[in-house]
Amino acid sequence: MPAAVESRDALSFVEATSGQKFAECYQCAKCAAGCPLGRAVDLSPQQIIRALQLGQADLALDSRGLWMCVGCQTCVTRCPCEVDLPRVMDALRAYALATRRPAALREVAVFHRVFLETVKRLGRVYEVGLIGGFNTLSGRLFDSVDLAWPMLVRRKIKPLPARVRARREVAGIFARAEARRAKEAAR
Amino acid sequence: MTAYAYYPGCTLHGTAVEYGLSTEAVCRALGIELHELDDWNCCGASSAHAVNPWLAHGLVARNMRLARATGLTELAIPCAACFARFKETQHALGDPKTAAGIEEIAGGAVPRDLTVVPLIAILGAPSVREKIRAAVVRPLAALKVAPYYGCLLTRPPEVVRFDDPEDPQTLDEILRALGAEAVSWPGKTACCGSSLALSCTEVVLDLSHRILAWAEEAGADAVATACPMCHSNLDMRQGQMRRAGKGDHHTPVYYFTELVGVALGIGAAELGLSRHLVDAATVLERVPARARG
Repeated sequence: MPAAVESRDALSFVEATSGQKFAECYQCAKCAAGCPLGRAVDLSPQQIIRALQLGQADLALDSRGLWMCVGCQTCVTRCPCEVDLPRVMDALRAYALATRRPAALREVAVFHRVFLETVKRLGRVYEVGLIGGFNTLSGRLFDSVDLAWPMLVRRKIKPLPARVRARREVAGIFARAEARRAKEAAR
Repeated sequence: MTAYAYYPGCTLHGTAVEYGLSTEAVCRALGIELHELDDWNCCGASSAHAVNPWLAHGLVARNMRLARATGLTELAIPCAACFARFKETQHALGDPKTAAGIEEIAGGAVPRDLTVVPLIAILGAPSVREKIRAAVVRPLAALKVAPYYGCLLTRPPEVVRFDDPEDPQTLDEILRALGAEAVSWPGKTACCGSSLALSCTEVVLDLSHRILAWAEEAGADAVATACPMCHSNLDMRQGQMRRAGKGDHHTPVYYFTELVGVALGIGAAELGLSRHLVDAATVLERVPARARG
């Protein structure tokens, strides 16, 4: 697909999914000023929305800032134009994943994948599996291992997972949600 | 006796076990009945919405249906992140087209008449707060506490509709009702880095260190929070902050329910105070213990 066509698809997906109009932002930069990750990211929230205004979805989709955003909601709280940037970020990530685009911060995408695989299988979070799975797939084998023993003795993590009885129901929610996202991104 | 449907969320059964224990102990002491949803599932925070908003709404919707099945109209949620996700889905249900999509994903009708309340709003309501004040047997008069709200209890304001997003007061007032001093400090609604803890640990250490440093500079002996993500970053990672050369912190971080429980004379074991990674007992030695009643 030519880049311009793909960019147009991404823009319409993100506008529809987030319900936000990029043109409403007048670039006052309050979002960038308040962003807790301001010093750690390549593109600030203000620059990401600017890229979208200019039709350059690629810039936003390939930024580290997109993957580092944790949705702290500071930007939308302060935005004078009420542009809901966290929703724009959620929609951008959804588009990137649905179109199998490599994430600029692979570890964050791996974390989300492992987290959601666990919930899909068990219906609940299982910390031991989450940390184990994340460390294996990210290649950072010994991360957080210093916390494992203190957490185990305080029974903050348990060797065996808790499970929902209606796991098939939960799996059904995953299946329908994934199908819907894929369909909308392909449109 | 007030009764609520109760969604503990994954952390209160796991990494935030002391939040779960103290929530249940305090509510029991105050005559607040909590009915845990049968077979509840993870709300998806913080990953589902970040990669697929439909999935986030679908996971919450199933829990909302379970809540409705209890026959109760109010759903109490202690975890700030779970609370925010439920409010986001409720907000999304306000748009008919989105609501139809959510019900399709959820596989059935989703209740619209449920009231979702963060536990801190229940304990911070003026009538309950006065009840707490009257029931205090161990005033926390010697304690200076930094009231830490984090992100998701108050933001975004149009969605969560709780307190003030820049200078909230509910936790300050609860702390004062316990006899503690709520210090004035700049970190009240700062972000700890949340779910980046595993993927971008360095960033979380920076942000969480900054929050602890602000609290200490303001003279706080301890930090109080209502968010399991904030608690795990601020309490469990002080050793990593030290080893990474960020700062040498030894500041206990309490769930606000633990402090309410201490002031009400509930025992440390029942509240789960030994589950912290940073020593949570020494600071409380300054508060003279008195027999209950």
